Amino acid sequence: MKSIVTFAEQRDGKLRRPSLEAVSEARRVADAMGGAQVEAVVIGAGSGALAAELGHYGADVVHVFDAAELAHYATEVWARALGQVIGEVKPAAVLIPFTAMGKDLAPRVAAATGAGLVSDCSALAVKDGKLEARRAVYSGKAFATVRWSGEPQMATLRANVFSLATPDSSRATKTVARTVDAASRAKVTAVNAAAGGKLELTEAQTIVSGGRGMKGPEHFHLVEDLAAAFGAAVGASRAIVDAGWVDHHIQVGQTGKTVSPNLYIACGISGAIQHLAGMSSSRIIVAINKDGDAPIFKVANYGILGDAFEVMPKLTEAAKAYFAAKG
Amino acid sequence: MKIIVCVKQVPDTETRIRINPEGNGIVDQDVNWVVSPYDEFAIEEALRIKEAKGGEVVLVSLGPDRAQTALRNGLAMGADSAVHLKDAAFDAADTMGVAKALAAAIKGIGGADLVLTGQQGVGGDHSQVPGLLAGLLDLPQVTMAIKIELGEGKATVTREIEGASEVWETALPAVISAQKGLNEPRYASLKGIMAAKKKAIDVKDAAALGLAAADLAPLTTVASLELPPARPAVRMIDGDPETQARELLRLLHEEAKVI
Repeated sequence: MKSIVTFAEQRDGKLRRPSLEAVSEARRVADAMGGAQVEAVVIGAGSGALAAELGHYGADVVHVFDAAELAHYATEVWARALGQVIGEVKPAAVLIPFTAMGKDLAPRVAAATGAGLVSDCSALAVKDGKLEARRAVYSGKAFATVRWSGEPQMATLRANVFSLATPDSSRATKTVARTVDAASRAKVTAVNAAAGGKLELTEAQTIVSGGRGMKGPEHFHLVEDLAAAFGAAVGASRAIVDAGWVDHHIQVGQTGKTVSPNLYIACGISGAIQHLAGMSSSRIIVAINKDGDAPIFKVANYGILGDAFEVMPKLTEAAKAYFAAKG
Repeated sequence: MKIIVCVKQVPDTETRIRINPEGNGIVDQDVNWVVSPYDEFAIEEALRIKEAKGGEVVLVSLGPDRAQTALRNGLAMGADSAVHLKDAAFDAADTMGVAKALAAAIKGIGGADLVLTGQQGVGGDHSQVPGLLAGLLDLPQVTMAIKIELGEGKATVTREIEGASEVWETALPAVISAQKGLNEPRYASLKGIMAAKKKAIDVKDAAALGLAAADLAPLTTVASLELPPARPAVRMIDGDPETQARELLRLLHEEAKVI
């Protein structure tokens, strides 16, 4: 029977949302292939407890590598484990979330198995029993349709794009306990959480970004306040990252993060081409800018022409009231 | 210490992309080609390590004739020598083909104590070559590095992940890929630019790398390339800031249904 293998990333005993998106998509692909089997792979100390949840999202079989020495991600070990399953199952396709871990892991597995790998896919289709992927290139300035010439067809999936299946807690799953050699030449020795446990940009449903229109780092709190009111992640343009106002890890655009949230609010961002590249696949874009000719208005759904310093506090206030009333 | 840096020449990030008539690639003309920004971080890091510990920095780039400009840029920054992988057979190669060629070139120059790359090539945005290369060379890897400290036969690397950073310890040789934040690349000095003109660039084709057509057969192919779908026209919201704020929230809730 044909099968689709999917890698489920877990951290601290929890399946990360992009993993659930990948399992959901694997289910859809398997069904579109006429009833292929979805085989999920989960690796890590304590990961056995996650098998049932993967089943609820569509996995038929869950391969579990649960051992105390698998407390931290290690590329070589994870690649060995995933390679072991791929070698036995001989899947038609392998789907991996395009997260920091998936980005690191997938090429290593591709090198070991000789699979063709297509990165950062934003859509998959099944045509004549084969996969076809759509992916952004040049950070979204263009989109490529990509095909594989053999199997397994390995793809990494962009976070926040593939919809989650409605979990069905009555779905039964077969669990296969597995072991892997945990020797690795590169090892994690410490994990340091970012200050304030900030929301990850690429996985956020709403993003509020600030640019040069904020006039200086002392005003950037307006962006943070607005983000807090919306429960959003904070982003920034390259101009203010390069000026040293904010850290590079919140940069949106080429040489930063490419994001596709439901709602993107750009404050004082004119919309340089490399910034637009990184955010123009957001579902709804709001631009607040005092320059009516700013390119950001060409991609925005809603525009507010005005002084960000006047509009943002009012919007923060109104959003707080709105979300408080909504409960 | 011998450090090999893999370099890709890419369109400048300000480039406006145009699709070719075949509909499967971009129009090359009028593109300003630059060293991929992440590769600049890798070159800079290699030079800093060389300045601190001694050694040599070798650049490797796969691409057409113009790739030599990228290599000259790196040499002008201070790299010692460069290898240019050039062959019409590379034109259709996918990421795996490119990684195989780079791996063969690295082996051909006797390996290295450290292989540095950018975390992705700007444009293709695959983020695959570092991991493929490490896999093909059977070396440990640490990707998305924002800090690298070298010890005796090992390196301590800080890597960026979602909402956190990880500290890794890896044996050397290893493949490490550079993320923005690792360093601030230097500009080439006039002296460096003059010196770069005299530095050797060794050109190698597929045969010299021991690669046959079958090794380079692509596993994935771009069937078509298109511009992103046009976005709907913007709807401007008028009024004083307070009215604008309230009206925006109403539209986001009632019309866009995103809040």
